[in-house]
Amino acid sequence: MNLLTIIGEALRALRQNRLRTGLTMLGMIIGVAAVVLMLSIGQGARTKINETIAAMGSNLFLVVPGATSSGGFSFGSGSVRTLTINDAYAVAELSSISATAPVTTGTVQLNYAAKNWSTIITGTTPNYFAVGNWKIESGTIFTESDLRSAARVVVLGSVTAKNLFGDEDPVGKTIRITNRPFLVVGVLMAKGQSLTGRDQDDNVLIPITTSERQITGNQFPGSIRYMMVQGKSAGDMDIAEIEITQLLRQRHRIAKGKENDFTVRNLTAIADVATDAAKVMSIVLGAIASVSLLVGGIGIMNIMLVSVTERTREIGIRMAIGANRRAILTQFLLEAMMICIMGGVIGLLVGIGGAWVVSRVADMLIVITVGMVGLAFLFSSAVGIFFGFYPAKKAASLKPVDALRYE
Amino acid sequence: MASIQAAHTANPLIQIEDLCKSYSLQGADGKTITNQVLFSINLTINQGEFVAIMGHSGSGKSTLMNILGCLDTPTSGSYWLAGKNVAALSGDELAHIRNQSIGFVFQGFNLLKRMTALDNVATPLLYAGIGRSQSRKRALELLRRTGLESFAMHQPNQLSGGQQQRVAISRALINEPPLILADEPTGNLDTQTSREIMLLFEQLNRDQGITIVLVTHEDDIAAYAKRLIRLKDGHIILDQHNKASETILDQAAAGNSPMTQ
Repeated sequence: MNLLTIIGEALRALRQNRLRTGLTMLGMIIGVAAVVLMLSIGQGARTKINETIAAMGSNLFLVVPGATSSGGFSFGSGSVRTLTINDAYAVAELSSISATAPVTTGTVQLNYAAKNWSTIITGTTPNYFAVGNWKIESGTIFTESDLRSAARVVVLGSVTAKNLFGDEDPVGKTIRITNRPFLVVGVLMAKGQSLTGRDQDDNVLIPITTSERQITGNQFPGSIRYMMVQGKSAGDMDIAEIEITQLLRQRHRIAKGKENDFTVRNLTAIADVATDAAKVMSIVLGAIASVSLLVGGIGIMNIMLVSVTERTREIGIRMAIGANRRAILTQFLLEAMMICIMGGVIGLLVGIGGAWVVSRVADMLIVITVGMVGLAFLFSSAVGIFFGFYPAKKAASLKPVDALRYE
Repeated sequence: MASIQAAHTANPLIQIEDLCKSYSLQGADGKTITNQVLFSINLTINQGEFVAIMGHSGSGKSTLMNILGCLDTPTSGSYWLAGKNVAALSGDELAHIRNQSIGFVFQGFNLLKRMTALDNVATPLLYAGIGRSQSRKRALELLRRTGLESFAMHQPNQLSGGQQQRVAISRALINEPPLILADEPTGNLDTQTSREIMLLFEQLNRDQGITIVLVTHEDDIAAYAKRLIRLKDGHIILDQHNKASETILDQAAAGNSPMTQ
């Protein structure tokens, strides 16, 4: 009996018991759909995190002023303003460092025409855009000469630009920041949320000199909130960290044995942790979903065993008219595989549909890859062969005379 | 068909020597009980014969039939079918012999449920590796010969007992086997239908030279056979030419038989 004929026979047998076939298939559908959905959610989370990390910039350090303590009370990091713009320039000279950007921040009220908007203002140097992997949507960034002259120029984050200007092009317009006029020179491309969930696009950037003298003011001239530091290569991050620490200790005249008055954070390492967490999450999700696939497989095995017992006489008749063991084995194995493959295909569609719904309802990024589709298909066939083999083997190893006599 | 035509000469189709069959059962007390069903059977059936095997239930006639049909294997002794020692063959080789050389007709018809008469008849051809469309074509031709063409697309439960048995006979014939084994083929049929089925066997034996071995416990059914073998407690107690067959066939010829000479 050729394979096509056996497939026909298997389909006929499955059609004869529609409800049972359907219910058995349902186990498979749920299993495959769950696997596809969970994998796509996991993959989506990983993709999202990778995008965020790429947007953050590579080989980054964040250097923040350290915690001080006074009379046994710790004031937390950044509680004193020990870092200065000159520290940032000095760090930039290190051999393992490619660029630095000192940053001051504050909250300001913006006005344009009748609209106003409150946002975070970042005072920094032109290096900030390259270090933080910011791209310009329109216009330009501010320049070194703007920095030197403390010019009233501003670069808008995309969300801020949208809120203040709507569909109007902000470049070349003048906005008021705490009632001082600033020329908009550029608008940033949107980056989305940071790893911590903060909207990175709701901000304005101005030269740090302008900020210090005209906007935030400064209790300690030259001090900064933090600095971004970009290392030259991913492989030398450890060396870079040591060099930064040594240089800053030296500049701050910290005696041996005393604690640093600043903290160097390796953002890339933090990103790696996030990536690992996402990877673990997708593995766990996939594993949980696989359990339902396993249960579906056991359901198939169960029903095939029942089917073999019920059809013992049929098997006997088939053997009497010339079916050999292979023909019987193939027939029952194919029935199990067909349930699995059909269930797998339907489950795949249900899973993709479910992923679409989740992405719409929960506003999550869902990624479905060809590899996942292939995996679901392969997995369901494997379940069919694995759980279908024992019942099929049982059917094929019946003795013709016993099978025929079975009532 | 030519080889079967030549079968009227006395070539042994079935040759059984010293054949024994016993079953081992696990008794309620855990001991193994050996139950011997057949004792040193010696039997030769030539091509073209029409043999009835008779005996009461428990005489071993069904066991002998199962061994003849390669559905079961003997415990000891030899069984030569068309010159081949069947006792030495593997399960798949036996399946091939059942497919090619033996046609089965059962008391309960044993048609495959929820399958048309046509597909039932065609199935042995599928197992012989012939494609579905060609198998159906040949099956239809055979149903036409047994007068069941208009029932080809009916399922077994839509057919009468006699019709079902004729479908089963068509299935047994489709691979043109030299041997047909019929295990109480009229057991579930009324007298008139039984007579029709037996005349069909007689015709196949006479016109196509197909060897027919029939198991029955009814004398009037056994009467159609030309040779009578009687089993009792696993021994052959009688093996003789059946005179009754001449009488009954004369009567059939005198009556309104559908058969032509």
